[in-house]
Amino acid sequence: MFDLNGRKALVTGATGGIGGAIARALHEQGAIVTLSGTRRSALEELAASLGERVHIVEANLSDKDSVEALVPAAETAMEGLDILVNNAGVTRDNLFMRMKDEEWDTVIAVNLTAAFRLSRAAVKGMMRRRYGRIINIGSIVGSTGNPGQGNYAASKAGLIGMTKALAAEVASRNITVNCVAPGFIESPMTDVLNEKQREGILGTIPMGRLGQGGEIASSVVYLASTEAAYVTGHTLHVNGGMAMF
Amino acid sequence: MSDVADRVKKIVVEHLGVDAEKVVDNANFIDDLGADSLDTVELVMAFEEEFNVEIPDDAAETIVTVGDAVKFLEKNAA
Ligand SMILES: NC(=O)c1ccc[n+]([C@@H]2O[C@H](COP(=O)([O-])OP(=O)(O)OC[C@H]3O[C@@H](n4cnc5c(N)ncnc54)[C@H](OP(=O)(O)O)[C@@H]3O)[C@@H](O)[C@H]2O)c1
Repeated sequence: MFDLNGRKALVTGATGGIGGAIARALHEQGAIVTLSGTRRSALEELAASLGERVHIVEANLSDKDSVEALVPAAETAMEGLDILVNNAGVTRDNLFMRMKDEEWDTVIAVNLTAAFRLSRAAVKGMMRRRYGRIINIGSIVGSTGNPGQGNYAASKAGLIGMTKALAAEVASRNITVNCVAPGFIESPMTDVLNEKQREGILGTIPMGRLGQGGEIASSVVYLASTEAAYVTGHTLHVNGGMAMF
Repeated sequence: MSDVADRVKKIVVEHLGVDAEKVVDNANFIDDLGADSLDTVELVMAFEEEFNVEIPDDAAETIVTVGDAVKFLEKNAA
């Protein structure tokens, strides 16, 4: 089950905690993987630890030209693209009333607009090949909201709506589009929390612990597999019971 | 019939799975040949590939019949 031998996957934000785990898991299932991020050395380090079947394409997702070059470069490197994982994401937290336009724009550009452009580019080839998997990494916050994260919550909720619309459009071509929405996951993004914040958060998670990147990655593997062919437009919440839908 | 028209018709027949007799110049992709809007996008992609041209979105919107496609490609394809 969940064999991805010969499948070609592009993972954005592969230099991050969750993206690295996703790339590793897809690779372990046999996929050819293109790692993307902005930090060359981190990309090379991950590529070296994975070994064969790995490509690197640097891209700055807040730059339109760089975004638009990414899918064609990955398609050239792997001779195709079956699985797109839009995982790169940023936060620029601020109280709503204090939020700068720049903080809003950056988060929407990287988390939502880049995912739109990459999906638009990827779906072309997927339609031609009559097969594809697009997986967007959302967040629990896209469904629940969170004080101080108006921009981030909007971007993640936007991903959910975009996922459903695109899923409906391309379902007849054997292409599925889904979201995975993590709760609190151990990663550089959550390492910045102090002890008190951490304890406060743990109190809200029925499972009593943060999640692991690997637990997000295995959900992505499932949605990327042929076994998940009939699942589309779905948001899979992986949050230790923190919110139930 | 021109060579371009032949190639266009072949693509339409293959892609939409319709009878060749139905693929006449004034056949509308959606109304007469049963295409959905996604099919029309795919047809344009197939034309681009076959004729090695780029069909910009505003031009693609004006291609609604088989004849429209033939005319556009005769004018723009190398
Ligand atoms: N950790 C959590 O608890 C949690 C919870 C819910 C949702 N998520 C979501 O999960 C995803 C991964 O998060 P993470 O925890 O792994 O975060 P992370 O470790 O901070 O990684 C973020 C990734 O995004 C990439 N990125 C950021 N800005 C970019 C840009 N302008 N261009 C290209 N790449 C850019 C980074 O690449 P470079 O470093 O190479 O620039 C990095 O690989 C994000 O979408 C996040 O919103 C995380």
